[in-house]
Amino acid sequence: MAQHPAKPPRVGDKPAIRWTLIAFVVFFGSLLVLAPLLVIFTQAFALGIGHFAETIALPDTRHAIFLTVLTALIAVPLNTIFGIAAAWAITKFEFWGRRFLLIVIEIPFSISPVVAGVAYLFVYGLQGLFGPALQSAEIQILFALPGIVLASMFVTAPFVARELIPLMQAQGRDLEEAATSLGASGWRTFLTVTLPNIRWALLYGVVLCNARVMGEFGAVSVVSGKIRGQTNTLPLHIELLYHDYNTVGAFAAASILAVLALVTIVAKLALERRGAGRAGRPALASPTVAIQEKTS
Amino acid sequence: MKITLDQVVKTFDTFRAVHGVSLEIESGELVALLGPSGSGKTTILRMVAGLEYADAGSIHFGDEDATNIPVRERGVGFVFQHYALFPHMTVGENVAFGMKVSKVRRSKDEIARRVEDLLRLVRLEGLGNRFPTQISGGQRQRVALARALAVDPKVLLLDEPFGALDANVRRDLRRWLREIHDELGITTLFVTHDQEEALDLADRVVILNEGRIVQQGTPEDVCRRPGSAFVMKFLGDTNRLAGTATGGIARVSGATVPAPGVGDGPVEILARPVDLGWATAGDGIPAQVARVIDQPQGRRILARIETGEAVELDVPADMQVAASDHGYVSILRGNVFPVS
Amino acid sequence: MRRRILPGLPLSLGITLFYVALIVALPLGALIFKAASLGPEEYWRIVSSSRAIASYRVTALSALAATAFGLVFGLALAWVLVRYEFPGKRFIDALVDLPFALPTAVAGIALTSLFAQNGWLGSILASVGIQVVYTPLGIMVAMFFTSLPFVVRTVQPVLEDLDPALEEAAQSLGGSDGTIFLRVILPLLTPALLAGLSLSFARSLGEFGAVIFIAGNRPSSTEITALLAFIRLEEFNYSAAAAIASVLLFTAFVMLAVTNYLQARALRYMARA
Repeated sequence: MAQHPAKPPRVGDKPAIRWTLIAFVVFFGSLLVLAPLLVIFTQAFALGIGHFAETIALPDTRHAIFLTVLTALIAVPLNTIFGIAAAWAITKFEFWGRRFLLIVIEIPFSISPVVAGVAYLFVYGLQGLFGPALQSAEIQILFALPGIVLASMFVTAPFVARELIPLMQAQGRDLEEAATSLGASGWRTFLTVTLPNIRWALLYGVVLCNARVMGEFGAVSVVSGKIRGQTNTLPLHIELLYHDYNTVGAFAAASILAVLALVTIVAKLALERRGAGRAGRPALASPTVAIQEKTS
Repeated sequence: MKITLDQVVKTFDTFRAVHGVSLEIESGELVALLGPSGSGKTTILRMVAGLEYADAGSIHFGDEDATNIPVRERGVGFVFQHYALFPHMTVGENVAFGMKVSKVRRSKDEIARRVEDLLRLVRLEGLGNRFPTQISGGQRQRVALARALAVDPKVLLLDEPFGALDANVRRDLRRWLREIHDELGITTLFVTHDQEEALDLADRVVILNEGRIVQQGTPEDVCRRPGSAFVMKFLGDTNRLAGTATGGIARVSGATVPAPGVGDGPVEILARPVDLGWATAGDGIPAQVARVIDQPQGRRILARIETGEAVELDVPADMQVAASDHGYVSILRGNVFPVS
Repeated sequence: MRRRILPGLPLSLGITLFYVALIVALPLGALIFKAASLGPEEYWRIVSSSRAIASYRVTALSALAATAFGLVFGLALAWVLVRYEFPGKRFIDALVDLPFALPTAVAGIALTSLFAQNGWLGSILASVGIQVVYTPLGIMVAMFFTSLPFVVRTVQPVLEDLDPALEEAAQSLGGSDGTIFLRVILPLLTPALLAGLSLSFARSLGEFGAVIFIAGNRPSSTEITALLAFIRLEEFNYSAAAAIASVLLFTAFVMLAVTNYLQARALRYMARA
């Protein structure tokens, strides 16, 4: 009997092409993505684990960690409430300006964080719309926690909504309408019918939102004032240490955020296994699939 | 072009889809591969096309061993189940694609002329500039056929060609495909799970089950002389009655059916609804009517015979019968198979 | 308007509009208002100053270069992840998300340290006379890093969902690998590629954290536009900061519009008759 190849070759299955592409991807991937990650930990422990622990224990560093966590604890829940409300309104109802609202929600995604920070200055800063009024009332928004939280909320505003909207759009309104027709109240319908179907996507959005809030640099650096030990979040503190030529300290602080990033990736992968994330990708279904759906 | 399959085997992971199938398709023949889903019919078609390679066995096109020839050099026209029209190309560009990528250089005018001829052949003149999303399902099917014919294939292969279409469009396209086949005389193999489609269109029907050929022959052969209970049941509505054979006669409470060549012992008697008779008196199996369904071509009686088995029989439209009537079922024609 | 069957529109829409107004619209409106209050002459003088123009040039060119390399690398990476099986594939797939998950400031100091004259890669590159840190090349590296996932993650799902029958059809019609890739696969990936490219380019234009550490920030040479706006703020020159920030804002809006237009064009064959 003749030797039969297992499978007819698909496009790009020629070994030469295959291994060239894999080599290209692995080479640049290692140099430009993996190496920076390794640098962080190498530098953080360059002077040994004792020095690392000492750096982390510095009051300024500890305060920066505290402020970063506090910001996330305020901004992430607020953003989650917004994301759920926006997704509910946009996917369960038709109203005038719905498509426009969708675009507006996505805007922060394409705007430089520095622009966001500058923009906040012109609302709450002394030279801004409400600045003078806030000063006479002695309410401190800029260069304080509220400003940091607001700027973080701006840059992460789309995160939860953009995971939920495509998913809830695809799920339609049938289940909620069925629950309502059986006499369930709005809250009950949401909690017992909608939420179980979107929980993984919701968590996915929350995880990504949290990572971004804790790591935000550009917008926060404008509105925080960078007051050491007071309004420095962890990313800002890294910059400060780095410019103080305290490289090991900067990388020690950076390694905390790098670990957070790794945890985020693991959580993301775990949630993707449960089907989250997929619907949140840009809504560009394969044209072929669309055609097939139409014919069947 | 004659196609010969010899002891072809295909296994996916651990699932054996095709078990040693041998088949000959004569040049110019129109053959249907018919079977339920999972019977291996599509796998066989894809192996003939070169879209799958056989694990064992050989496939010849004429005298040439085509077993390991890749699809792009095999010279087959393949019409995909969902047509696989290139969505970013117009109808005309889809049809021209094969000629444009061919090693045989053709001038632009020549290609344009041939595209027009093909669109005329499939009755889509004037739709060359539309995109596939802008035409109906039946039109897409014809574009797919024109695209496959454009490369002058030695063999035409169609995977469930009418599967995605409405019933009435289906019938029209079927007759029309037969006309095109008769006009071009190209060897054609198609896959279907619809027995009506296979019988309507094909010169020869190959019936498959669980990766094996269970019967092949002309539509008349397989309809009139089904080789097994599976073939009989698969080809249409069938009543199954348990009986006993003795001396070449099968008996089931009060009715007999000739069973030449069937050994003594328990048998199953298979009969189509039209092959059963109904009478209010006389010989037959005592039965009671459960329901009567009126259909354009007659009436169908759903009845329960005394053994408790349900049967369905077709009677003329003018027969007076109603639910809960008592009567007798006679077996006019039946096929007897030993119970294995 | 469809009759409302489900409850909760006033509450959910109320929260949404309030949030969007307070968090997104108000600050952007305030920025535009501030920039507009400068008057056309003053505005033009600031945004067309030679230092500003130089910053646009270095930002746009670096973003363009980073995006171009990101296109090639991202397409190759998506292809490799979807089409091939090889050891370590899942690890690479997970690593693609690192630039999204890693704070930009962390990426900035890590890349700077890596490419510094005495860094792992910097020392090797220095030996062949290439300097990365404090040059536009460094800006490109930082922009490439932070925008890498966009192309991969937009192309990957489309490539996965690509109907294999299309490729098989092209093969059965006699197309070679190269022809099928260029004429069938690439056109079908184009809308996703465009989406990924414009996201990636927009991100690069606005990138701040990763760039400022590696760029060196020499005025009129390696100073990006976002940093210039920031510097004007630190100089308490609020008008200039507003004007330059408004240029970035305007660019972002233009990018959004261009993206939508390109995608609509690339998908024109999807239009129903």
